[in-house]
Amino acid sequence: MNNKIIFYGLIVAFGLVVPFLFPAFKLQISIMLILIILSLTWDVQGGQMGYNTFGNILFFGLGMYICSSFQIGLFFPLAEWTASGGEKTFVHTPTQFFQGFAVGLVLSGIIPALVAALIGYGILGLRGHYFAICTLGLGIAAGELAGGIELVGAGQGMTSPPWPKGIGDTELRSEFFYYICFTLMVCTFLFLRWAYTTRFGLVLNAIRDNEDKAEAMGINTMRYKITGWVVSAFFVGMAGGLMGNMIGYIEPVETAFAGRTFGVFMVLMAILGGKGTLWGPVIGAVAFHIFKEGFWIFFLGWQYVALGALIVIVVIFFPEGIMGWFREKYPERFGEVIDEEDRKAEVKLN
Amino acid sequence: MDLFKKIFSIFAAISFFVSLALPAQAKVEGDTIILGAAVSLTGKYSTNGEHTQNGYNMAVQRINDMGGVTVGGKSYKFDIIYYDDESDSGRAAQLAERLIKQDGVQYMLGPYSSGLTKAMAPVTEENQIPMVEANGASRSLFTKGYKYLFAVLSAANQYLEVAIDLAVEKNGGNPVNIAMAFEQDAFSQDVRIGVVEAAERTGSTIIIDDKLPKELNDMAATLAKVKATKPDVLVVSGHSKGALTAIRQISEMKVDIPMLAMTHCDASKLAKQHGKNSEYALCAAQWHKTLSYSDSFFGDGQQFDKDFNDMFGYAPPYQAAESAAALLVYKAAFERANSFDKEKVRDALAQTDMQTFYGNIKFNDTGQNIAKPMVLFQVRCEGDVCANRVVAPTKWASHELVHPIPSWSTR
Amino acid sequence: MDFLIFQIPILMVQASMDGILLGILFALIAYGMALQWGVMNIINIAQGELVILGGYIAYFMYMAGIHPAFGVIVSPIVMYFVGWGLYKTIIFRVVDRDLFISILATFGISILTQQLMNFVFGSDVVVAQSNFGTTMLFNSMVTLPNSKIFAAVVSVIFAMLLVLYMRRSKLGRAIRATAQNARAAKILGVDTESVYAATFGINAALCGVAGALIAITFTLHPYVGLPYTVRSFMIVIIAGLGNLPAVALSGMGLGVFEEFSDYILGTEFRIAAVFLLLVLILVYRRFKLARKREYLK
Repeated sequence: MNNKIIFYGLIVAFGLVVPFLFPAFKLQISIMLILIILSLTWDVQGGQMGYNTFGNILFFGLGMYICSSFQIGLFFPLAEWTASGGEKTFVHTPTQFFQGFAVGLVLSGIIPALVAALIGYGILGLRGHYFAICTLGLGIAAGELAGGIELVGAGQGMTSPPWPKGIGDTELRSEFFYYICFTLMVCTFLFLRWAYTTRFGLVLNAIRDNEDKAEAMGINTMRYKITGWVVSAFFVGMAGGLMGNMIGYIEPVETAFAGRTFGVFMVLMAILGGKGTLWGPVIGAVAFHIFKEGFWIFFLGWQYVALGALIVIVVIFFPEGIMGWFREKYPERFGEVIDEEDRKAEVKLN
Repeated sequence: MDLFKKIFSIFAAISFFVSLALPAQAKVEGDTIILGAAVSLTGKYSTNGEHTQNGYNMAVQRINDMGGVTVGGKSYKFDIIYYDDESDSGRAAQLAERLIKQDGVQYMLGPYSSGLTKAMAPVTEENQIPMVEANGASRSLFTKGYKYLFAVLSAANQYLEVAIDLAVEKNGGNPVNIAMAFEQDAFSQDVRIGVVEAAERTGSTIIIDDKLPKELNDMAATLAKVKATKPDVLVVSGHSKGALTAIRQISEMKVDIPMLAMTHCDASKLAKQHGKNSEYALCAAQWHKTLSYSDSFFGDGQQFDKDFNDMFGYAPPYQAAESAAALLVYKAAFERANSFDKEKVRDALAQTDMQTFYGNIKFNDTGQNIAKPMVLFQVRCEGDVCANRVVAPTKWASHELVHPIPSWSTR
Repeated sequence: MDFLIFQIPILMVQASMDGILLGILFALIAYGMALQWGVMNIINIAQGELVILGGYIAYFMYMAGIHPAFGVIVSPIVMYFVGWGLYKTIIFRVVDRDLFISILATFGISILTQQLMNFVFGSDVVVAQSNFGTTMLFNSMVTLPNSKIFAAVVSVIFAMLLVLYMRRSKLGRAIRATAQNARAAKILGVDTESVYAATFGINAALCGVAGALIAITFTLHPYVGLPYTVRSFMIVIIAGLGNLPAVALSGMGLGVFEEFSDYILGTEFRIAAVFLLLVLILVYRRFKLARKREYLK
């Protein structure tokens, strides 16, 4: 146990000093933290519950729009801000910026969670690939709808409020967002770690293993499925709100409801790391991000060939992911006891 | 838990090596000035992204061959770090940050399309890095008070204003009925704003106002409405796909309209792909090779057209020309500033007032090029060969505007 | 919201005709999907990319000076082998696995294909000219491009041919047997492996036909495949597997729905309407099935 505390302490300490170790990589690492949140929360459905969703990107986009809309709308008329022909320039004072950001970030968690609760009953009743395709449709529809709503800039997109002038340079901005991302990532991780140890986690796994049996045992599976989705939506929404602020520009189908990029990445990362484990999505996200930023940036055009090939290879040859591979190799470390007698007996049988 | 430590230290090591592998480059290395650019090599803008990149490359090569940039009595060469922004605005913003923070780029070139430029501008602005961009025409770029952004092209709202004015003029000065279909993206929506304003100014009525989704390749519904309501002008803008789809379906559905105004006719090679079906389409362009501008690097438009054709094997659309012009602007600014200090370069950029083969370039306070008008050309066919002929402004017009477009039954 | 269509009723005729012609084309793609879904239990996300690839084949024939309409003969032949090759390299590894694996794997193939097409064919938006002319109806108020009519007719012919083939030929029987019970078919001496390869090839060939038709009716671009995948998926869900008349009907229904939502909701919500319809149908289906389950209890 002590070992664990030291280990976690080390990681947190490392996380806290990272911006000073790699000052040029602050945004890169912040985005990696966002990716970790995305793949962790995808794993609640995809890994623990066995519901392969393509729709979590819906909450990402919602959070992004909600956060920025409130940040702007609390102080200025939103429609004038987004109207691209508008001649007026609005500038947030530092107080306005941070007030707006705090309110926007909280709401960008709460509202997607509510949405998840509302649509959960209809959608989580679907099984298997119907669920997967339905959520895919949901994400794309949301992007197209957002692209038709004038208030949030429609196809023009909208800019999130710029960092207020006069309280420090862009380094401070990056550090500010880095620490918020880091806090959110740690909260997500700890929350899920705790949740998986409770009855909630057990029920999720029961649903994955056999939903009908779980139901027959008298578990109200729908309630747990919705709860799981609400949890995911809450954290994904906040991640979206943060991402919108860090990037500075929100485009309906490219940054917000980005099914083609983040929507796919989150699935791939979780599978790459090993779905259904706590650490798998984290490792998958880190590995994927390093691969992506370290190597494919230099492919200049070939990166989607690489991505496609990576998906095919991972899915076909390593569906259990990195953690799954470790588990095969060192089962003892995962608390699985191997009865040597048993193993020998098996060998004999063969 | 040792295992986790191992994994963790492996990744820490990897990230460390990655950071080592990408040393922050200086803005000027030896005798090379490094510019940063993210262009779309993949995704929906990859055609035009390629035009942009070719334009940049050609200008870099030409400037370097002709003695480079002289700063402080020493001659420097241009070099560009390219990234692929995947036609994705989120990615573009990340790459801008990456170019500035990790690669240490101090001078930026713009990406293709307004949307991506809008995504990159907040980043360059906050880091106070000058960006000369050649493909972001959205007016909202110039209303946010950006100080480090310079656009060598005319704003998007100016694209088709002229067409509406022309239609009104041909209608004896009376207001006209306008039908329009614009794609849901930053650029096309800005063109739409220009048309809406022109309509208000001339008292014209907009009777159809459709917004095309980005994925759409079927405009039959819009065109059926046009056919039923018989407007005086049909305005379509939706990058290359929009232009090609519109002509295909207009010719198939035999939609008769007196005037058809579009964008991206040359980038989509409309006259070549649709031949006679595209005849009489009126197109807005930033540049045309017959314009009588010239400079000492590329000669005039005809010369540029020829050289570009030799180098890349196709006729340059205006996206390539304006991208090449961006490099000329940078060169002049560096020499005027006689320094690599980015503030001085910015100030020098702001004072730009020059002529290039692409047109005159002079920036106003918001970084918009105000010295260059838009041109309109009409697709005209002689026999089976169709080409773009300039019809407005009258100074460069080689052909008379055909108005109204002959009906399909007589073509 | 726009009610022009109600003020000018002739537009309804136009919208319905456009929708039906469009829908028949979708139905052809969907039929291929239903076939391989039913036989191999695989959802092919790369369906749209196969269509586009088939379209490029017709386009290159057009560039070589051959009339693109002949693409409907050449393209399926080439695409059959592409599909067969795809099966032998990748798909056979996912046949007996979880459906989600097949979704992801074919999704990977779809990204890969898009990008390779971008490299090989270039990123230009291209069109092939058929010069078929136009049919005018109702005093030229309703126009039907002959290329679209041609597309619909060819689609129907190919669908009919396939049905006949499935009924009459030995391979067709083997395919149907495998679809019903792969294990039993194997025991009875059907080489299911080659049946699967042939099925995937036939699916790709149907996509090839559809692609060639799209090349002469719409535009081609390496990145426009996904809408075709999604629409065919929707049609299959509504119609069920292996029911050709239902596939044709729901295809036409979808086409008409799309055109009408375009007129009434506005073009910007057309795609959103399609996807929301998908969600609604799935959710409706779930409640209907749930009722049935309760009833059975």
